[in-house]
Amino acid sequence: MRRRPAWLWAAAIFAYAFLYVPLLIVVVYSFNDSRLNAEWVGFTFDWYRTLASDDQMLKAAGNSLMIGIVVSFVSTVLGTMAGLAMHRYRLRLLPILIVAPIAIPEILMGVSLLIFFVLLNFTLGLVSVALAHIAFCIGFVAIVVRARLAGMDETLTEAARDCGATPASAFRYVTLPLIMPGVIAGALMAFTLSIDDFVITFFTAGAGTITLPLQIYSMIKISVTPEVNAVSTLLMLLTLLLIVVAAKLSPTLLPSERETTP
Amino acid sequence: MALLDIQGVTRRFGDFTAVDNVSLAVEAGEFFTLLGPSGCGKTTLLRMIAGFDLPDAGRILLNGEDLADSPPELRPVRTVFQSYALFPHMSVEGNVAFPLQMARVPSGERKARIEAALEDVRLQGFNRRYPHELSGGQKQRVAIARALVTHPTMLLLDEPLAALDAKLREDLSIELINLQKEVGIAFVYVTHDQTEALALSHRIAVMNRGRIEQLDEPSKIYGFPRTRFVADFIGHCNLFSGPIREANGSLALVDVDGLGPVRVATATSAAGGARGTIALRPEKIRIAAEAPSGTPDNHFHGAVRDLLYMGDVTVYRVAIEGGTIVEALLANSQSGRAKFFEVGDAVDVSWPVGAGHFIVE
Ligand SMILES: Nc1ncnc2c1ncn2[C@@H]1O[C@H](COP(=O)(O)OP(=O)(O)OP(=O)(O)O)[C@@H](O)[C@H]1O
Ligand SMILES: [Mg+2]
Repeated sequence: MRRRPAWLWAAAIFAYAFLYVPLLIVVVYSFNDSRLNAEWVGFTFDWYRTLASDDQMLKAAGNSLMIGIVVSFVSTVLGTMAGLAMHRYRLRLLPILIVAPIAIPEILMGVSLLIFFVLLNFTLGLVSVALAHIAFCIGFVAIVVRARLAGMDETLTEAARDCGATPASAFRYVTLPLIMPGVIAGALMAFTLSIDDFVITFFTAGAGTITLPLQIYSMIKISVTPEVNAVSTLLMLLTLLLIVVAAKLSPTLLPSERETTP
Repeated sequence: MALLDIQGVTRRFGDFTAVDNVSLAVEAGEFFTLLGPSGCGKTTLLRMIAGFDLPDAGRILLNGEDLADSPPELRPVRTVFQSYALFPHMSVEGNVAFPLQMARVPSGERKARIEAALEDVRLQGFNRRYPHELSGGQKQRVAIARALVTHPTMLLLDEPLAALDAKLREDLSIELINLQKEVGIAFVYVTHDQTEALALSHRIAVMNRGRIEQLDEPSKIYGFPRTRFVADFIGHCNLFSGPIREANGSLALVDVDGLGPVRVATATSAAGGARGTIALRPEKIRIAAEAPSGTPDNHFHGAVRDLLYMGDVTVYRVAIEGGTIVEALLANSQSGRAKFFEVGDAVDVSWPVGAGHFIVE
């Protein structure tokens, strides 16, 4: 293999440093035995202990987790259906309708959803937040699923029908297993998008409903406490775990050396 | 009653007619081939038999029953796709088991059926392999086993050998013939390869631009092409065209442009003045250094312009004095062969009236 030039290495290191050093600082300070994010005093698990006994924080985390699970489930089902429809039929409007929520500025989505809920006299709370999240997650799932379908050999579905499968069986035994990596990737994506969404949640949660990002935000309004560092570290860990799982389930998500093109 | 009866089937895509008023019948146990150049509508026709596509006009009957309202899964025909279309997430056994599973064959019975199907295609012991662990030829065998396992009435094969190399193609061709005899079900075989078609089929339908040009046994297709297209498409053929001077039902005389009068035996009569074509296979032409004894029916002089040495035979392209190029073929092992011609050699070209085949246009 040819050696890569030094400047390329330098650029890469700089870019990675820019991305990861701030994250690393958060992790390191979450173990710092000091109220201030200023100097390293000593190692401690205290902030995690504080976290574990912070009812408000636990409630927020519980809400976020619950919303995340419901949102990823519902938007995966709907998004997969949308992806299939976009793939199978030459639709003009659906792709735009599906993808628009991704492109629209979040603040706009938040405001319009708020107005929408208010107009409907819909009580703001966990349900409205979940509905709002589903609205923008469907698009992401649909795009991933559709990409997976585009890479699938069309004749496989026909082969399944030829073998005596009804359209439903053909989907269940052939199409679905083959697009499964895309479906799972979409579900994990929806989960991470939901769990860390702030803007849209902020507008649609109403008073008194908190999620993890809302809770963190309200805490750092005062100051960035090590407790925030600790909860951020845990969130980071969860995300990392999901990425690893997604990569395991869907080799095409992260390329590895073993991978051979079909 | 024929097993498969296609009656006036037409399929249009926009203003393009891919299959144009095609009628044909396939008998039980027959090896039937659809032969034609790329884009002539073979796959389109096959897809309509399988049920993936519907005719715009005409009917397709199987065992006398109109298939119009049967979805693919309810038609007792199976397709072997050109791209194999094996399910990549299932093992060989899983692939072959799939049709049984869909047909709700009890699982106790499946194992034996799978083994029998794999034995038919000589692929025992590959049960646990996945499609990506198989060679092209092996994939094709799995595809055939999967198609055969439920004992369909008819197998549809869309260029099943096209993606394989020449040697393997020949081996598998022979296996296909034997397999078809063994299982005794009708095969409808699609190919653009005339050698394959001639070697495998009981009958061939030669297609061109969505229409059937000729439907006959291989020897008839080769020896007595009904149209200029068929003559040209099947094997090499010299095609001499010109106004007919006379055609009286036993002999035709055609004033071939750039060659002169050519005589050919024919059962056809045609009015003088119409245009006719004489199809003449290269291997039926005599080329020699000296004139034959006696008076040949058709006799010309020319010079070798190009030659192609092909091992078993040599193809000579001879420029006749009038300017026409005649393609002649000599077996290199021909007994008593005195001379191999070189480019530029003067040669004597002749053939009897029975060598050519007369086509009225
Ligand atoms: N779904 C379709 N939409 C539009 N045109 C089509 C469609 N399917 C086939 N055609 C056209 O119909 C014609 C016949 O196609 P078909 O696939 O039947 O050809 P073929 O004889 O199988 O050729 P090949 O040997 O290349 O496979 C082609 O010109 C093709 O472009
Ligand atoms: Mg084709």
